[in-house]
Amino acid sequence: MYFQVHQPFRFRRYRFFDIGNDHYYYDDYSNETILQKVADKCYLPANELILEMIQKYQGKFRVAYSMSGIAIEQFKLYAPEVLESFRKLADTGHVEFLSETYSHSLASLKAGGEFERQVKAHRNLMKEHFGKVPKVFRNTELIYSDEIGARVAKMGYKAMLTEGAKHVLGWKSPNYLYCNALNPKLKLLLKNFKLSDDIAFRFSNKGWSEYPLTAEKYVKWLNLVPKKEEVINLFLDYETFGEHQWKETGIFEFLKAFPEMVFRNSPFTFSTPSEVADKLQVVAAANVPNPISWADEERDLTAWLGNEMQQEAFEKLYSLCDKVYSVEDPAIRQDYAYLQVSDHFYYMSTKFFSDGEVHSYFNPFDTPYEAFINYMNILSDFEIRLNAALKTHVDDQVARLSKIIQEKEEQLRRLEKQLAGRKVVRKTVRKPSASENLGRVETGEPGSPKQRKSPAGAGKPKTKKTSTAGKKSPSGKKSSDT
Amino acid sequence: MFGWEFPPHISGGLGTACYGLTKGMSSIPGLEILFVVPRAYGDEDQSRIRLLGAGDVSVDVRKIRKRKYLKDLSYIEIDSNLVPYTSPEEYTRLVKKSENRGKRFIETRTGGKLSFSGGYGKDLFSEIANYAIIAGEIALTQDIDIIHAHDWLTFPAGIAAKRASGKPLIIHVHATDFDRSGGNVNPGVFEIEKMGMHLADRIIAVSNLTRNTIIEKYGISPEKVETVYNAVDPIPDQERLKLKRGITDKVVTFLGRVTMQKGPEYFVQAAYKVLQKMDNVRFVMAGSGELLERMIHWTAKLGISDRFHYTGFLRGDDVFRMFSISDVYVMPSVSEPFGISPLEAMQSNVPSIISYQSGVAEILRYTLKVDFWDVDAMADAIYGLLNYPSLAKMFARHGIQEVHDMKWENSGKKVYSIYKAFVS
Repeated sequence: MYFQVHQPFRFRRYRFFDIGNDHYYYDDYSNETILQKVADKCYLPANELILEMIQKYQGKFRVAYSMSGIAIEQFKLYAPEVLESFRKLADTGHVEFLSETYSHSLASLKAGGEFERQVKAHRNLMKEHFGKVPKVFRNTELIYSDEIGARVAKMGYKAMLTEGAKHVLGWKSPNYLYCNALNPKLKLLLKNFKLSDDIAFRFSNKGWSEYPLTAEKYVKWLNLVPKKEEVINLFLDYETFGEHQWKETGIFEFLKAFPEMVFRNSPFTFSTPSEVADKLQVVAAANVPNPISWADEERDLTAWLGNEMQQEAFEKLYSLCDKVYSVEDPAIRQDYAYLQVSDHFYYMSTKFFSDGEVHSYFNPFDTPYEAFINYMNILSDFEIRLNAALKTHVDDQVARLSKIIQEKEEQLRRLEKQLAGRKVVRKTVRKPSASENLGRVETGEPGSPKQRKSPAGAGKPKTKKTSTAGKKSPSGKKSSDT
Repeated sequence: MFGWEFPPHISGGLGTACYGLTKGMSSIPGLEILFVVPRAYGDEDQSRIRLLGAGDVSVDVRKIRKRKYLKDLSYIEIDSNLVPYTSPEEYTRLVKKSENRGKRFIETRTGGKLSFSGGYGKDLFSEIANYAIIAGEIALTQDIDIIHAHDWLTFPAGIAAKRASGKPLIIHVHATDFDRSGGNVNPGVFEIEKMGMHLADRIIAVSNLTRNTIIEKYGISPEKVETVYNAVDPIPDQERLKLKRGITDKVVTFLGRVTMQKGPEYFVQAAYKVLQKMDNVRFVMAGSGELLERMIHWTAKLGISDRFHYTGFLRGDDVFRMFSISDVYVMPSVSEPFGISPLEAMQSNVPSIISYQSGVAEILRYTLKVDFWDVDAMADAIYGLLNYPSLAKMFARHGIQEVHDMKWENSGKKVYSIYKAFVS
């Protein structure tokens, strides 16, 4: 079982007349209230229950989590006790934390290093908080293609999670271990979407013929899986427990009874993704030329990049990438990280016209058009700031380099004088030209790689940086508001 | 059917809607429509309806064969000087003229005035009563199965026809006085509306918004009221209506009566906000009405007159010419029972922003919706449509299909199914 933990930083209503005037983009009130609500209804009670069960079954019950960097930042700001309870889970040694993109972003769909940069930042964050470097990767919304898999393998991961999409698997079962088509070293765990969604989406649906779902019934279904099949991957949003399915539906009772039923009535055991990848043999390569995801009926990207608005916003966002990393501005990098959160694109989906309920449930905007205009307004302001910072940055560089040139020239003149004094004239001495230097500065980047880490990356000096950035971000603003 | 105006002599959506509906129903086999209006001008749509000159009798009935649909659509002209929906210019003209002659006008709503120029009754209400008497006569002399009355001025006529013939009465509500007056209803009008609704066998509302008004404000039981949305005709020969754009600036258009009901002041406020941030944009207020002068003064005071233009009242092809040079259409109506013009904008590939307080907002997807009072949201929507091209592109692509699917034939079929419940 793997659970996804993520909460976006929601944007406030950002009007076009704010562009250039107000650089604060976040809706602190709803971010804080939503996070605290979900913490109380889901994260805290669910963590407590999972911990209890791990202890009760002495490690025979084990699970995995993937947690976005954005979610962790929000825990730090609004509910540090949640982070603490996850740490306790990590300390049991029976919980695996997976890698993902820091921003819960769609960067894997873009070439150009942003994906790798975010994965690295997230990996450091996991190490910082949970003491271990993850070996298994799960991409935002389980987005996967052969190419993405190859990039993940290149970063050193041994396995990756994705959807057991029907249109990819065909007659094949998701209940085996597969591998990447380009790089067989990367193993693939595929979600059993039928059994996963029975819990995640159908659990409390009174119109469902199987309602009510009990752990007993569910384990019966597990036993119906052909004996030779090797693994059942249950991938769920963690918010299923207590938030999407309220406490009153009996979801926690289900979760509590589930391992007991499994141990009592079935031959199944619980494993973490790493263990599955190590224990099982790969049966085949999965061919996924076009990206898949775990969303909607189509299991594709149309929920995030299905219409013109989403595509325009997405292209615009990533066209700024190079500029963002050529300036040393923690606030800009932080906002850039928050702008990439996939949820913003989800809000712009027009699929609710056909695939309604799930989309509108998660959407703070009345219509996708409002979401789009709001996002583009923010992006416009961000671009203005970025260009201003870039200009200052370039001006600084030019000033610095001119100074160096000046000094060198003076040095040369001195040396030439000395040489002239010795009556030896060497005309081959070449001055370093300003343009050569500038060219280097603009393409490459000054400063050590450490300084280039994304704002919320790991490391002690980092914490400091986050707290200064935090002044601009939710907590700081809040105190000035109240 | 009892109606009040017929193209081209229209000042609002009522005439267009009646015309569209009758046309949409003309393809239904076995259905004949007899359309009655108080006054004919002689230049009504001659391609579909042949008009004979009116005689000097008070009721003049002529059956006219409709060439195109091979069906009888009779157009009965009643020699009345009642002018129900005068256009604002016309009104001004009439007021001037009649002042010289010492004639009377009655104000029934803030959103436009009803005028009558004498000859029949002493006031508007007796005028309506006279029309009702004539309606009763028509009901007796014509072979009819269903009586269908459009809006309050025809309700007494519908009631009279029902009394005379015993046939079921269907009342079609295109607007209530709550929409026209902004809440301060004229008690006389309210009474007529209420009486018509209570005596009707079935009520058709042009939107759920209007349906709710009927149920809540007039105390009608919900089962009696059905919603039938309006539709829009395809634009004939659209290319012909394209204007050459003389400017490079973007154009944002308001099109409608400049009256409180239509919310022109919110458009001015939104324009002002957008102009603080952009200078390559112009705003056009196309229409006229009692608030027009105030708007002109106000835009001057705000210092945006150089970017804010007035065209006066537009009709017919001019509406589409205006759309052909527009980048955004805004309908900030305070209370709009349906609202056909966003559909016309969409037909011209113009993305629109409409208020939630309009019936058409219930059925349109590819349009931006704001509350009429939320000027910030309106300004933001205008700015978004002008600056983020994918949005307008998307609206143009899907909107044309969406509006194409709204056919008068569908509305007509729905009305017909309501008829059928009463006719075995």
